[in-house]
Amino acid sequence: MSLTLLFLGRLEDVAGAPALSLDVERPLGFAEIAERLEPRLAVALSSGNVRVALNGSLAGTGDWIAGDGDELAFLPPVSGG
Amino acid sequence: MRDVRLAHAAFEPAHELQRFGDGQDAGGIVSFLGKVRAEGGDNSVTALELRHYAPLTLSGMDQLAMRAERHWRLTGLLVIHREGIMHPGDPIVLVACGARHRRDAFEACDFVMDHLKSESWFWKREQTAQGWHWVEPREQDRDDLSRWADVG
Repeated sequence: MSLTLLFLGRLEDVAGAPALSLDVERPLGFAEIAERLEPRLAVALSSGNVRVALNGSLAGTGDWIAGDGDELAFLPPVSGG
Repeated sequence: MRDVRLAHAAFEPAHELQRFGDGQDAGGIVSFLGKVRAEGGDNSVTALELRHYAPLTLSGMDQLAMRAERHWRLTGLLVIHREGIMHPGDPIVLVACGARHRRDAFEACDFVMDHLKSESWFWKREQTAQGWHWVEPREQDRDDLSRWADVG
């Protein structure tokens, strides 16, 4: 029963890894997920300019829950080109 | 003609432009080539890595290309963006726009580059003598987007 978290860009450095697996017994919202992370990472993910993609699709702020088998990606401001 | 690609290995800009030009009846072609800067001194860059988020990257680039095609009269649009590790002098991004008249080609190329920098799903990090560090978006890149507020 695990939920995969992906960290893009500088969030990877804050998390210390590009991905993290959380054991979950039921689908969780952002606040419940953040409670289970290092405070420094939770703060970085809470930043207003971090977007979230659930299973590859952009999700609106706070209007999703993610559970077993889901992949949640945290996308900070981009810097391509 | 629309050709939008995420490149996983080095590409040859001159070859790509030749092929692009041969494939359409354009009155003019405007292109932009972005390359890895070496910088200098203590900030000397030895490598640059472009990471991306695969589920969104290419579809986002396609949507951007379609927006440009809806707004300007183009005979062709080419977008090639690298991901992975590159070195100074390597091409990162190539955008080319063909049109019957130059103004459409100039503006569409400028529009696509501004949005690739500020809205496409890429993250850049550089390697210097101090190690790897992420490149933060520049304020200027956000400001550049406001130039296109009237483009649907």
